[in-house]
Amino acid sequence: MQERLKELQAEALDKIAQAADLKELNDIRVAFLGKKGPITEVLKGMGKLSAEERPKMGALANEVRDAISSQIEARQTELEAAAVELKLAAEKIDVTLPGRPVKAGNHHPLTRIIEEIEDLFIGMGYTVAEGPEVEQDYYNFEALNLPKGHPARDMQDSFYITEEILLRTHTSPVQARTMEKRQGKGPVKIICPGKVYRRDNDDATHSHQFTQIEGLVIDENIRLSDLKGTLDVFAKKMFGADREIRLRPSFFPFTEPSVEMDISCKMCGGHGCSTCKGTGWIEILGAGMVHPNVLEMAGYDSKRYTGFAFGMGPERIAMLKYGIDDIRHFYTNDIRFLKQFSVTE
Amino acid sequence: MLVSYKWLQEYVDVTGVSAEELAEKITKSGIEVEGVDTLNEGLSGVVVGHVLECEKHPNAEKLNKTLVDLGQEEPVQIICGAPNVAKGQKVAVATVGAVLPGNFKIKKAKLRGEESNGMICSLQELGIEAKLVAKEFSEGIFVFPEDTEVGQDALATLGRADQVLELGLTPNRADCLSMLGVAYEVGAILNKEVKWPEPKSETAAEKAEDYIKVTVEAKEDNPLYVAKVIKNIKVGPSPLWMQTRLMASGIRPHNNVVDITNYILLEYGQPLHAFDYDRLGSKEILVRRAKQGEEIVTLDEAKRKLTEDHLVITNGNEPVALAGVMGGANSEVSSDTTTVLLESAYFTGPAIRKASKDHGLRSEASARYEKGVDPKRARAAAERAVELLARYAGGEVLEGSVEADHLTAEPAVVSVTLDKINSVIGSELSMPEVQDIFSRLKFGASVDNDTITVTVPTRRGDITIEEDLIEEVARLYGYDNVPKTLPVGASTPGHLSEYQQKRRIVRRFLEGAGLYQAITYSLTSKEKASQYALEKREPVALAMPMSEDRSLLRLSIIPQLLEVLKYNLARQNDSLAVYETGAVFLKNNAGDLPEEREHLAGAITGLWENHQWQGQKTQVDFYVIKGILEGLFAKLGLEGKVQFSASQREGMHPGRTAELTLDGKVIGFVGQVHPTVEKAMDLKETYVFEISLKSLLEAPSETLQYQSIPRYPSITRDIALVVDREKAAGELEGIIAEAGGKLLKEVHVFDLYEGERMEQGKKSIAFSLKYFDPERTLTDEDITKAHDKVLNAVKEKAGAVLRG
Ligand SMILES: [Zn+2]
Repeated sequence: MQERLKELQAEALDKIAQAADLKELNDIRVAFLGKKGPITEVLKGMGKLSAEERPKMGALANEVRDAISSQIEARQTELEAAAVELKLAAEKIDVTLPGRPVKAGNHHPLTRIIEEIEDLFIGMGYTVAEGPEVEQDYYNFEALNLPKGHPARDMQDSFYITEEILLRTHTSPVQARTMEKRQGKGPVKIICPGKVYRRDNDDATHSHQFTQIEGLVIDENIRLSDLKGTLDVFAKKMFGADREIRLRPSFFPFTEPSVEMDISCKMCGGHGCSTCKGTGWIEILGAGMVHPNVLEMAGYDSKRYTGFAFGMGPERIAMLKYGIDDIRHFYTNDIRFLKQFSVTE
Repeated sequence: MLVSYKWLQEYVDVTGVSAEELAEKITKSGIEVEGVDTLNEGLSGVVVGHVLECEKHPNAEKLNKTLVDLGQEEPVQIICGAPNVAKGQKVAVATVGAVLPGNFKIKKAKLRGEESNGMICSLQELGIEAKLVAKEFSEGIFVFPEDTEVGQDALATLGRADQVLELGLTPNRADCLSMLGVAYEVGAILNKEVKWPEPKSETAAEKAEDYIKVTVEAKEDNPLYVAKVIKNIKVGPSPLWMQTRLMASGIRPHNNVVDITNYILLEYGQPLHAFDYDRLGSKEILVRRAKQGEEIVTLDEAKRKLTEDHLVITNGNEPVALAGVMGGANSEVSSDTTTVLLESAYFTGPAIRKASKDHGLRSEASARYEKGVDPKRARAAAERAVELLARYAGGEVLEGSVEADHLTAEPAVVSVTLDKINSVIGSELSMPEVQDIFSRLKFGASVDNDTITVTVPTRRGDITIEEDLIEEVARLYGYDNVPKTLPVGASTPGHLSEYQQKRRIVRRFLEGAGLYQAITYSLTSKEKASQYALEKREPVALAMPMSEDRSLLRLSIIPQLLEVLKYNLARQNDSLAVYETGAVFLKNNAGDLPEEREHLAGAITGLWENHQWQGQKTQVDFYVIKGILEGLFAKLGLEGKVQFSASQREGMHPGRTAELTLDGKVIGFVGQVHPTVEKAMDLKETYVFEISLKSLLEAPSETLQYQSIPRYPSITRDIALVVDREKAAGELEGIIAEAGGKLLKEVHVFDLYEGERMEQGKKSIAFSLKYFDPERTLTDEDITKAHDKVLNAVKEKAGAVLRG
C-alpha cells in the first residue's frame, strides 16, 4: 500500500509537470485527488491494516495528497502567468503612433509681451491703468504740453472724429487722466497698456493701429537716476541679464529732460552688426522726467513733485525678441503665426 | 539735416575726431546721428581729363570717339555715348582699373571696332542721386569749369572725398538746421570755439533806400524784414565748391543767385529770397496778410487761392511771394536778371505753418520758419549773402539795407539752483562743473550762492524753463555718468484690478479650450461697422479716413474675426478657433466721447476633434461653442446664471442662434453664421459668439464656500418624456428643477430621440435627476413624493407624457 501511494505520487507529479494548460491541470486534480481518485481507492483498503499501521498509512496518504495539491498549485500559478503573458503579448500597441491631441490655443504675441511687462512692473509696485481709445484732444495733446499748433503734433498725425475728439495717438492720455483723478497727490505708479492709432500707411514697419505700454511714477524726490535704474531692471528682465542699457538725450513735449533708451545688441554683443546698423545698440523706448507743465496741468505742485515716464511699443519689442520681420503679421492673425507663441520661455 | 564733415571744419575744430567718432559723440549728447555716409566709398580711379579731340564714331551714330588728356604722357582714346561731350571740355574720366558704384570695374574695351580706354562719367555714374544733379548735366556727362587742373582726383574735386552725417533732428532742435548751429553743438561737445564767417563787401555809391521802401503791416507775423539791393548781377553757374556742398547737403545746384541763397540757408539757417528787382513792378515791399480770395502763381507755376490766414510779400499792390514758403513766378530770378532784391526776414512759425499746410508746400525755408529760426540772424545772413553775390555773381552791393524792425525778442534769462539740478538728475555735480557746461554751450551764466542764472542765446529758443537747463546739464554731463537707482518712498502695492484679473482668466480659459487669441483692427468699412452689433447704435466715423476700408469704428468684433477665418481658410488653415477681447464703439451725442465697451468675441469653424489615425473626427457645432461658454461662465462663478434662449439676429442662422441673458439683461449671443453670409465669404459652417465682457466680469459671482462632502448616498432617477418637438429642453429642465424642491440637487439631459419611432411632431427627451439630503439617507417614500411632483409638473406645464 505504501508503495502504491509512492507510485501514485510520482505518477501525479510527473503529469502535473507536463500539464500544458489549466484545463489539463484541473483534469489531473480531479483524477488524483477526486472522490473517485486512486488515492481514495487506496485508502479504502486501510481497513485491512493493523491498528498500529493505520495512522501511519493515514499520515502518508495525507502527505502524498499535500504534495500533489501543492505541486498542482505551483503549476497553476505558472500556467496562469504564462496565460497572462500570452494575452498581453496579443495586446501590444505601437507606442510610437501619435497621441490624441489636447486642444490648446495661446496668447497673441502682443498680449504675451504686454502681460510680461505688466507682471514685471506689478512686482515693482505698479498698478495697471486703462483708458478710452477715443479721446479728447485735451487729454491726448493739450494736457501733455502739446497745445494746438505745436509743431510736435506733426510727429503724431492723427485720426480725428471731430475737431475735439480723436483716436488716441499714444496711451499717455491715460496718464493725464490718472494724474487728474489723483488730484495732486502722490505717489502714482502706473503702467498703461493699450491700442493706439496714427495716420500711417500699413507696411512692414508701420501700422495705423498698434499697441503701446507706458509707465508713470510721480512722487516727491523722483530722479532721473531712478528712471535709469528702473529701465535697467526692465531691460535685464525682458531681454536678458547680460544686456546693457544706455540713455541718449531726445525730445518729447511731455518730458524734460527726455531720453531714448537703447539696449546693447544681442546679435553682435555691442560690436556692431547689420541688426544694430553698426552701432552696437538697439533703440527700445522713449522716456524722461515729467514736464512741469504736465504736472501743473494735472494739479500737481511741480516744486514739490517730480516724476518720470516711459513708453514703448510691444510690437517693436516682440519683433526684436522673436525676430519677427513684418509688423502686419500682428494684425493678420495667420494661425501659423499665432501658433508659434505657445511655448513657455 | 545732412552735415558735411569737411565743410563743418570751417566753423569748428574737430581735429583728432573722425566723422564716425563725432557721430557717436553727437548721438550720445543730444542729436541722433542716423548714419554716416562716405561719399566716395568704394570708388576709385576717376580723374579730371581734358577732351582734346571729339569726332563721330565711324561705325556708330550715337557714339563719339574722343582723345582725352589725363595728365599722363600720352592722351588716351575713349568712346563716349553722352550727347553733350565736346572738344575742349574738362570731364571726369573713370580710367582703366577704376571702380564705380555697384563695384563696376572699368576695363579696356573695344566698342564697334574702336578701342576705349576708360569712361567719361556723368555725376549719376559717380553715385550722386539724379535729383541732385543740375539740370544742364542731368542728361549727360558732367563738365568741370575750364580752369580745373587735368589729372587730379575728380572725386575730390567734386567734394566726394567727404563724409556726411545725417542728423535726425527732433522738433526742439531747429537750431541745428544750419552748419553754424551744428558747430555750436559740436563746440559744446568738444569744448571748442565757433568760428563765424566774416563777410566783407565793397558797397557801391548808390543807396539801397533809394531803390526800395519796406513796410510791414503784419508785425506779429514778421517782426524783422531786411532788404538789400544788388545791381549788375550776372546769372550763371555758382562755383564748383558751392555746388558740391549743396549736393552733399541734399540740394540741387541751380544758378549762382539761387545757390547762394540756399548756401546761406544751410550755413546760417536763415531762409533768403531773391526777387528780380526789375520785375517787382514797384519800388516797394509791403508785408501783409492776404486778402480773402487773393491769388498768387508760385514758382512751381501753381495758381494758389489765398485767405486771411496767409502772409504775403507784395509790391504794395499784388503778392510777389507767399512769405517764407515760396516766391511768386512774377518776380522770379531768371538768366536775364541784373538787379536782385534780397529778402532776409524773420517770420514767426504759426503764420508760415498755416500757409505751408493749406497749400501742401513744404520747402527748406518753410520747414525752418515753422520750427523757429534765430530771430537775430537775419542781418548777418544778409551781409554774408551779398558778399557771396558780389564775389560769385559779379554783383554791386548798394549801400545799406532797408529794414522794417519790430523785433522784441530778447535772450531768455533762466535761473536754477545746483540742488535742483542734482536732485532731478540724481547726480553730485559741483557748481564749477555746471558752469563749465554752460560755458561750453556759449551761454552766458552768473552764479549767486547756490543759484546759477543763464542767459540763453536767441538761437536756442527751445530753452525757457529751469528743466530745460537741467536737460542741457544732464546731456553734456553724459547720461552714462548718471547712476542707476530705484525710487525710494512710500511703498505701493502692485496689483491687477479685479476686472483685469478676470479678463486674464477669460483669456486663459478660452485658450485652454483651444481658441487662439487674435487682435484685429478697430477701424473698418461702413458696411462692416454695423454688422453683428450687439446693440444697434450708430457707428463712429472718422472725419478724414485714409481709406474706405478703415473709415469707421467697429460696433462688433465678429466681422473682423470672420475676416481672420477667411484669410486663413484661403491658406489651407481649415480648422480654426479664434477669440478676441477688445473695444467696440457706440456713437454718443455730438461733442461727447463715444461709449467704449469691451467685448469678447469668438469664431470657430472646421473640425473640432480630429484624431486622424484613429479615424475620429467631429465637426464644430452649436453645442461645442455653447459648451465652451458654459465652462467659461462656470469658471467666472456664473454657473446656471446665464440663460440661452432661441433668438433671431441679422447675419445669423435663424434656427441656430441663442441670445444670452444675465439677470434679465441681454449680454451677448452665440450661434451659427447665416449660410448666405458663409457662402459670400467662402466660409464653411462657422459658429460665433459676442459677449459684453464688462457685463460678464462685473456680474456678482458666488463667493467661494466649501460644501461638505456628502456623507449620505444620493439617489438617481431617470425619466424619458415625450413632448412636442418645439419644446425647449431648457424649459423642461426649469420646470423639473422648480418642482423637485430642495431635495433635487441636479438635473441634466442624457438622451434625445427624434427618430422614426416617434409620433409625428414629437420627441423624447430623457433627464437624469439626482436626489440628495445632506442630513440623512433618503427613503423611497421621500423620493417618490418629490419625483411625483416633478412628473405632475411636466405633465401640466409642458404636456409631457412619461415614455413607457
Ligand atoms: Zn549688432
